[in-house]
Amino acid sequence: MMAATSRTPEDDRSGPAVRFRDVGKVYDDDGLRVTAIKSVSFDIPRRRFAMIVGPSGSGKTTLLNLIGCIDTPTSGRLEVCGQDIAALTDQALTDFRSQNIAFVFQNFNLLPVLTAYENVDYPLLLLGVPARERRERTMAMLESVGLADKRDHRPNQLSGGQKQRVAIARALVKRPAVVLADEPTANLDSRTGAEVILLMRKIQEDTAASFVFSTHDPQLISHADETFVIRDGELAEHRIERAA
Amino acid sequence: MLFTIAFRNILRNKRRSLMTLLAIAVGGIALVLFGEFVAFVKVGLETNAVQNVGHLTVYRTGYFDYGAGNPAAFGIGNYEQVARAIAADPEIEPTLNLVTPTVSLTGIAGNFDIDASKTFLGTGYVPSDRDRMLRWDEHGVSRHRVFGDSGVLGLCEKLKIADCPPRPSLTSATATTSAPADLPSLAAEGDATSDLHGDAPRLDLLAATASGAPNVMSLYVSHAEPQGARELDENVVVMNFSLAQKLLYGRGERKAVGLVLQLHHTADIEPVRARLTQLFKDHNWDLEVRDFAEREPFYRQAVGMFNAIFLFISLIMGVIVLFTVVNTMGMSVVERTNEIGTSRAMGVRRGGIRQLFVAEGAMLGALGATAGVLAGQALATLFNRMGATWTPPGQAAPRPLEVLTSDVHGLLLGAWIGLVVMATVAAVVPANRAAQLKVVDALRHI
Repeated sequence: MMAATSRTPEDDRSGPAVRFRDVGKVYDDDGLRVTAIKSVSFDIPRRRFAMIVGPSGSGKTTLLNLIGCIDTPTSGRLEVCGQDIAALTDQALTDFRSQNIAFVFQNFNLLPVLTAYENVDYPLLLLGVPARERRERTMAMLESVGLADKRDHRPNQLSGGQKQRVAIARALVKRPAVVLADEPTANLDSRTGAEVILLMRKIQEDTAASFVFSTHDPQLISHADETFVIRDGELAEHRIERAA
Repeated sequence: MLFTIAFRNILRNKRRSLMTLLAIAVGGIALVLFGEFVAFVKVGLETNAVQNVGHLTVYRTGYFDYGAGNPAAFGIGNYEQVARAIAADPEIEPTLNLVTPTVSLTGIAGNFDIDASKTFLGTGYVPSDRDRMLRWDEHGVSRHRVFGDSGVLGLCEKLKIADCPPRPSLTSATATTSAPADLPSLAAEGDATSDLHGDAPRLDLLAATASGAPNVMSLYVSHAEPQGARELDENVVVMNFSLAQKLLYGRGERKAVGLVLQLHHTADIEPVRARLTQLFKDHNWDLEVRDFAEREPFYRQAVGMFNAIFLFISLIMGVIVLFTVVNTMGMSVVERTNEIGTSRAMGVRRGGIRQLFVAEGAMLGALGATAGVLAGQALATLFNRMGATWTPPGQAAPRPLEVLTSDVHGLLLGAWIGLVVMATVAAVVPANRAAQLKVVDALRHI
């Protein structure tokens, strides 16, 4: 559990969900400098289904990691929900992630020792949500992803699609401002992938959260509100697919 | 939730966790068994010492350090008054088993029937009090005293001691079968009851009185007790208190060299010592108090040695547990790197990760220690039923080899806590490593 020390999405509803200003990221691997992001400046608006696309090695995942505050830029200014993440200590950054950002991973990354219910419940526990409210929100989330009857199943007792649904429920149960999904359909068959995309789309519309995807999946890209094409660590193209 | 996750993580790799628990449990069994053996030895030594010299002995000030060479000069003249005051003291009385006078002296013991003599260390006790002292058994570890060996003065055959080695016949020209003419006459004064003793072997004891004059008394030997050391077996003579008094003080004032206090419980030593000191101060008596550990250095040395061995074994067990848990938790961190990254991405602080792994170490320790302590107690009970024997330090004859399974709550709790603490401490290093992982790197880990 943690104290609420960072800003909530409600603090800055007017600005974009994410704001990059001359952001660069260089990795120093034992003296070998690798530039992952050269210098990008763009905004990802709130309440949108945004896709970051590009070839492998272009810097998509790095951008997603920066937005998710699990990595920090080496230059420039990055604001997430109006918060300059460079100004936060490691602990404050952790708390900020806990309150504002959720992840949906390609490999689901559910905690294997927890049941579906406990996996969804866990982020609320970290936020210090009272037990009764936790119970209600967790069950509501499991029902919305159609897995209420699987609540006591461990991840190894679930199919890939069910795991990803639990992961989505886990991401959204805390009502984050930004949901980051790195290739969320890569490990699913096309039919299950389509179901998961529709599920995320529906939840995005219901919760008004900002979804940012890193993907190659044309099926997923076809649902984009906005597309950011990254090439060689730079923003090559920004397309608005659907008007806000 | 922390403990739920920790416990389930322990169950994930059952074989590895089982091996870790086994290592901790074996450590626990070793600590419990050896600790209970040490406890048994300690109470055995304590019982032996208390039976022989009581818990506390009151001396004239200075006797303990300087008086052994001249016990007559350091006698307590009003010992009966002091004994009555001690026995009547309302604070001491409930704790007191008995208070009895004693006399210590040295001299030469002779058995002129076989032309043998030997220096002796004599102690005089009131026989009935001596019997009561020998029945003291606070810890329930005392066994029937084995009577035996006393060959130097040729008493072995007459006392009908089992396995008595045959005494070689002496053909020396100096051998004689009669005592020097003056000794029987000197001894006759204290030997008016010789007819009562039948064919019991007789010893003639020669000692110097307080005034320095030689004094001779005869005594009839009822039995021999092994003392645990050959030097003592060949030198110690325990005799009637009044006889010892006569021998040491002759026709002068009859004193006691010490007043022995035997308490019901050893734990009462310090309060009683404090009360005695106050009592002597109130009465202006120039007396001091020594406990059995001071009187019997062997007790302290043996206890110290066993404590040192126990500490050494504890350290070895602790190190084994430490490395086992470090290895287990280290492997667990590597295997769960991706989960650590996921948890951190979700908002678990570094401290939360650290707590999780430390909790797992503590749980492994608690489970293993519980199993070890319980198994140790069970094995100790089984061992006690095997009927093994040994000759403990300070003893001359074999005794049952047992471990103390009662009144060892402190040992069991200490072993349990020690193992849990060791396992918890062992988890700290892997836990720190897990907490310091970079989220991005951890998530990339396959």
